[in-house]
Amino acid sequence: MVLCALSIFGIVVLIATELVRGSQLSWARFGFAFFVSRFVDPETRLPMYWDPVNGHFSALPFVFGTLVSSFLALLLAVPLAIGLAVFLTEMCPRVLRAPLAFLTELLAAIPSVIYGLWAMFILVPLLREYVNPSLIKMLGWTGFFNNDNPTGLGFVAAGVILAIMILPIISSLTREVMNAVPGSQREAVLALGATRWEMIRVGVLRNARIGIVGAIILGLGRALGETMAVTMVIGNTPQIQRSLLASGASMASVIANEYAEAAGDLHLSALTEIGLALFIVTIIVNALARLLVWAVTRGGPAQAH
Amino acid sequence: MFRTATDGLATGLAVLATVLVVVPLVAIFVYLIYKGASSLNLAFFTRIPKPEGEVGGGMANAIVGSGVLLGVASALGVPIGIAGGIFLAEFGRGTKLANAVRFTADVLNGVPSIVMGVAVYGLIVTPAMPFSALSGGVALGIMMIPTVTRTTEEMLLMVPHAVREAALALGVPNWRSVLSITVKTASPGIITGCMLAFARVAGETAPLIFTAFGNSNWSVALNRPISALPLEIYRYAISPYDDQHRQAWAAALVLVVLIVAAVSLVRFVTSRGVLKGAS
Repeated sequence: MVLCALSIFGIVVLIATELVRGSQLSWARFGFAFFVSRFVDPETRLPMYWDPVNGHFSALPFVFGTLVSSFLALLLAVPLAIGLAVFLTEMCPRVLRAPLAFLTELLAAIPSVIYGLWAMFILVPLLREYVNPSLIKMLGWTGFFNNDNPTGLGFVAAGVILAIMILPIISSLTREVMNAVPGSQREAVLALGATRWEMIRVGVLRNARIGIVGAIILGLGRALGETMAVTMVIGNTPQIQRSLLASGASMASVIANEYAEAAGDLHLSALTEIGLALFIVTIIVNALARLLVWAVTRGGPAQAH
Repeated sequence: MFRTATDGLATGLAVLATVLVVVPLVAIFVYLIYKGASSLNLAFFTRIPKPEGEVGGGMANAIVGSGVLLGVASALGVPIGIAGGIFLAEFGRGTKLANAVRFTADVLNGVPSIVMGVAVYGLIVTPAMPFSALSGGVALGIMMIPTVTRTTEEMLLMVPHAVREAALALGVPNWRSVLSITVKTASPGIITGCMLAFARVAGETAPLIFTAFGNSNWSVALNRPISALPLEIYRYAISPYDDQHRQAWAAALVLVVLIVAAVSLVRFVTSRGVLKGAS
């Protein structure tokens, strides 16, 4: 049994060594510049990042795509998730609490590919017909929303579907840390004559803030590595554009798209290196988030409510 | 007055957030049931896919393929995961090693599935055996281990201490008490925990793209490419044919019904306290 428990370390080591081994070729060729460099096409003078045919590989557009879509998702999901958690723990009538919690739990259990399916056939047409045109009209002047991309696929679509997908995890962990705040804290603030919102703000959110940050970081970890839904709606074009309506590609999506039919060893190695980067980043992000959530929920307070 | 208004505003915003969360969720389910149910027919379960562009055919091979993949995954993930969980809860409780394992399992749970796929590709997929059911199953199995370990541990910790003490007081050695008393008491919970992990990997697509690869013909051989429901959903969704979109929705409905059934069962068992029967 010790062996089986140790196998979990074994898996981590195995994954790490396998990824390092697989990406050696690309690392030897490009070094760290793999993540920051770009090439300029001598003929068209356009920047080029990813050209499997001629053996030019730079992960920059994918890093960019992953970061942009993930942060867009956080921007949308965090206020909603915290609002939902506040509603469920502090305001919700008892009758609604269990069904709503169950519903969000179900949301977490739906496979990524089904979110992708829904996003492709329902969300993207919706964005294309209604949301994107009004975004261009109202916010076009900022430069972030001017695009003639007519497909509706792109960072906005990816961000929205990612937000829907990471909502349950952020919300349920936020609920957990809010429940861990002892009831006496709430009563103390209420006894001072606070309104319910003041009680939530001072008594609950302030005490739970470290845990909430942890939950958000955990959501970020999910968003960074999310593959299928993003692959289906981001447009899969390795480019860097200022507009959020442009199509792009993420680290996970390029692996999903190209790994099975990679053109040669260097291409495969470059994709593996992107996988390695994703592995390291998600390990760090998840470890950080777990530590933060543990710091709050560990110990006594959980049974105090 | 101002404070009451703020209170009302905050309450309103929280309610609004809840509504905004519930709407897309309900929309997903409604569309899934509507589109899926209208596309589902008997051929879906009994036929193999027709060539691209032709109407008709089914996903019998993908359903069986998913079964084969999940069988391999469970054979690998369930025993190791349960044993790891027993160690965490019974033998290693409170030790540094157990804490480190628990932490690593949680972190491993957050590693993207596609990374697992890349690692397994490097490990198992070779020129001699390019894409295979075995490699897909191993990728899924590895993903099951941390989930099963953690749920097993949690279920075992729910077993009341008095039960353990009663066994030990009768002079039963510790290992015997763990195996025939604690684990037995927690077994409904452990089984549902396994189903939870099962449901989670049942919908995994990303690692299968370049391990199991997919197969439009009938195949159950472990050393050949094999089809799987989530893979077919992906492949059909991005195809240009309406009939394939229709089948993708049908497959999605079947997959979600299976997963929701498993998750509901888990919730039922853990909340109704089957475990409490022992106390």
